[in-house]
Amino acid sequence: MVKKIIDIADAASKIEDGMTIMVGGFLGNGTPHTIIDAIVKRGVKDLTIISNDTGIKDSGVGRFIYNNMVKKVITSHIGTNPETGKQMNEKKIDVELVPQGTLAERIRSGGAGLGGVLTPTGLGTIVAEGKQIVEVDGKQFILEKPLKADLAILLGHTVDTKGNIIYSNTARNFNPLMATAADTVIVEAENIVEVGSINPNEVVTPRIFVDYIVGSDYNG
Amino acid sequence: MDKNLIREIIAKRVAQELNDGDVVNLGIGLPTAVANYVPDGMEVTFQSENGLIGVGPSPKEGEEIKDLINAGGMPVTTLGGAAFFDSAMSFSIIRGGHVDMTVLGALQVDEKGNLANWIIPGKMVPGMGGAMDLVVGAKKVIVSMEHTAKGKPKIFPLCTLPLTAANQVNLIITEMAVIEVTPDGLLLKEIGPHSTIEDVVANTPAKLILADNIKTMEV
Repeated sequence: MVKKIIDIADAASKIEDGMTIMVGGFLGNGTPHTIIDAIVKRGVKDLTIISNDTGIKDSGVGRFIYNNMVKKVITSHIGTNPETGKQMNEKKIDVELVPQGTLAERIRSGGAGLGGVLTPTGLGTIVAEGKQIVEVDGKQFILEKPLKADLAILLGHTVDTKGNIIYSNTARNFNPLMATAADTVIVEAENIVEVGSINPNEVVTPRIFVDYIVGSDYNG
Repeated sequence: MDKNLIREIIAKRVAQELNDGDVVNLGIGLPTAVANYVPDGMEVTFQSENGLIGVGPSPKEGEEIKDLINAGGMPVTTLGGAAFFDSAMSFSIIRGGHVDMTVLGALQVDEKGNLANWIIPGKMVPGMGGAMDLVVGAKKVIVSMEHTAKGKPKIFPLCTLPLTAANQVNLIITEMAVIEVTPDGLLLKEIGPHSTIEDVVANTPAKLILADNIKTMEV
């Protein structure tokens, strides 16, 4: 049995140049700040980041961009972090903007072994450009392809030592989806508890998706 | 007109579109104020696309709850019967037609009910966030905005900016007018309490069909 709980330096050592990383959170809420800080400290480059937004300046996901560690970002919104727009205009990073619901479904389908999803979102807009349009029962849909990653980093509120996760309030967001769609999954746990202390009915992310657990240094 | 008064007129008028039992998603900024004017005795469930139904009022300063924000990143509270969920569920609610009404701002809106509100190429690229899904999925789409931006009009025969969605807007509510998007074009139904029909027409490049009985908003 592999020991799931590791220290933060071990977690950071799993990140290499050029990796595609999914990062949980929504405007910093539900974002694994401790793991991000450790990756920034380690200083890798040419990452592809998949996340709902690019955080705020030198905080959360924004830290990767602010510290010039990113070559591409796949996200629904960059407006809260002017640094992303700046690096995009300077052609330092490639930004693929994806409607938020489509981003969620692309990640879900990646984790669920599907060939993508058919969505009406984006029809008649530049989002549809270059994509296959599929007609089903007379209605048009865009074929949106699945997303997968080398690594997903998540924030869990209560995590048992085998990796079952419960999230807190709106900190859930993209975390449970990303847990399914990456080769390696590391969860930052605000509280680590013994197996048996979580009611199985309340588990949101089942433990089989989680490879490693690290303790969180953040409070709030 | 004073900015606060403009916002109040718009929010109060949008609130008149609410129905008892509705599930409603309010966009960031001006639309958020609609929640302050839910008519007495009416139950409306507000959804926030980061994963919450049952959004309550903003907490008092110092009483913010951990991990409880709306899609604009602002602290909120929950009302009885609230529920949290992940982003896929959130957009199943939105895209699947389970939201009765969404209220969003616009950079441009046009005679076909096209909406542009996510990008000004070369100038401003915030991204679409959840707006494209909301506009496609909600049963009723209301654009609520100031009628002009620094004196420049926003309601055109055809949008020139990249679209958020095609043919999805049902109603446009500004401080000057209530305009319905119909198959025949834009129907001017009401004017603001401080506006005239001539003001509205002069500030609207799109062709307006004048309703038979244009009313003044009761706000």
